[in-house]
Amino acid sequence: MRLVADDLILSRGERRLIEGLSFAVDAGEALVLTGPNGVGKTTLLRALAGFIVPEAGAIRLEGGADDGAAVGELAHYVGHANGVKPGLTVSENARFWARFLGGDVRAVEDVLEIIHLADIAEVPAAYLSAGQKRRLGLARLLLAHRPLWLLDEPTAALDVASQALLAGFMQRHLDAGGMLIAATHGPLGLAGARILELAAPAPGEVVAP
Amino acid sequence: MRAFFALLARDLNLAFREGSALGAALGFYLIVVAMLPLGLGPDMALLSRIAPGLLWLALLLSALLTLGRLFETDLEDGSLDVLATGSLPLEAVVVAKGLAHWLSTALPLTLLAPILGLMLNLEFAAYPPLLATMLVGTPAISFIGTIGAALTLRSRRGSLLIALLVLPLYIPTLIFGIGAIASLLGPGGSEPSLMILGAISLGAFVLGPIAAAAALRAQLG
Repeated sequence: MRLVADDLILSRGERRLIEGLSFAVDAGEALVLTGPNGVGKTTLLRALAGFIVPEAGAIRLEGGADDGAAVGELAHYVGHANGVKPGLTVSENARFWARFLGGDVRAVEDVLEIIHLADIAEVPAAYLSAGQKRRLGLARLLLAHRPLWLLDEPTAALDVASQALLAGFMQRHLDAGGMLIAATHGPLGLAGARILELAAPAPGEVVAP
Repeated sequence: MRAFFALLARDLNLAFREGSALGAALGFYLIVVAMLPLGLGPDMALLSRIAPGLLWLALLLSALLTLGRLFETDLEDGSLDVLATGSLPLEAVVVAKGLAHWLSTALPLTLLAPILGLMLNLEFAAYPPLLATMLVGTPAISFIGTIGAALTLRSRRGSLLIALLVLPLYIPTLIFGIGAIASLLGPGGSEPSLMILGAISLGAFVLGPIAAAAALRAQLG
């Protein structure tokens, strides 16, 4: 399976952020998006997830059994907001994702064990720290299998041990033939990740939001 | 289907656990209906005559209070992104959320209405038609409401905008709701108004999620 973006043009409001971008990500490959703030990393990830319709160009998955399915349905998107419901407990959040995303509810306990949240599984998510919420948000990646992971600043708020943990299961995902696209400023701890540097638009093109 | 019921169960669970939205709506309904006799004076015959209309109108306003939060919390905490990447179409997501709103808000308000009818001297024979029309008509409130909630999702003063967008769309439900009570109490006991009320609910059930899902897609970007 292979993700192809072809001559993408993406805009936010009146502002054109990405113009004529083409790239491909093969199975087992990681692509790291870098670049200054406001350059369009999140916009690109949201477009890949299907939330933003590109002005021009195409995003498609080639090969694999799910040929023709929408990219968004084969992707996990973990953004700045983790998607954690504060009113539900840690395990209720995880069980909901497993059911909603078509994963295995029986895996919930094991996954919470892996991300070190098993001790507080019955605590409402509202009481979690920022890093714990992040870990819970990332648990989605393990609860349901999706070939494409779209991660926006996945290491934000994570301590060093959790970053290593995340790097570990990102590597396992790649080894199993998954694809990964992450926007980040810091190192992800992935060996052999390709880097796509998004350039800031020329000064004249910047329109105040 | 598993995803649909998972979402329905989650929303019902959250609605009853957090409780504040339902409590506010029920409290608002109670207070509005309790204040009406104070404003209208102690004319028992007048109150009895206008009671069904007042109960319906106050119910619409109370339900309106809760619509603002329908998608807002999901947008704030990022859950909407998860719901949009699921295999469930966004239309079905809206159906699940609208159904959860009906079960957790419109249904409790409907069940409160007969109790509030006591305060307005609602005549005894009018209780069954009142309940029947509300049960048949309130799904339209939830599913038309999903459109307003989705359209105003990212706007400031969204709750005010929802009222302006949604209340005019509630007019047919109000007219036929009250018309159905009158015709059920009338000599023939015929129920074409009740049928039309049901048709409005069914129409809202089909068209509401399609429109709301289109609005949500535009808001996700």
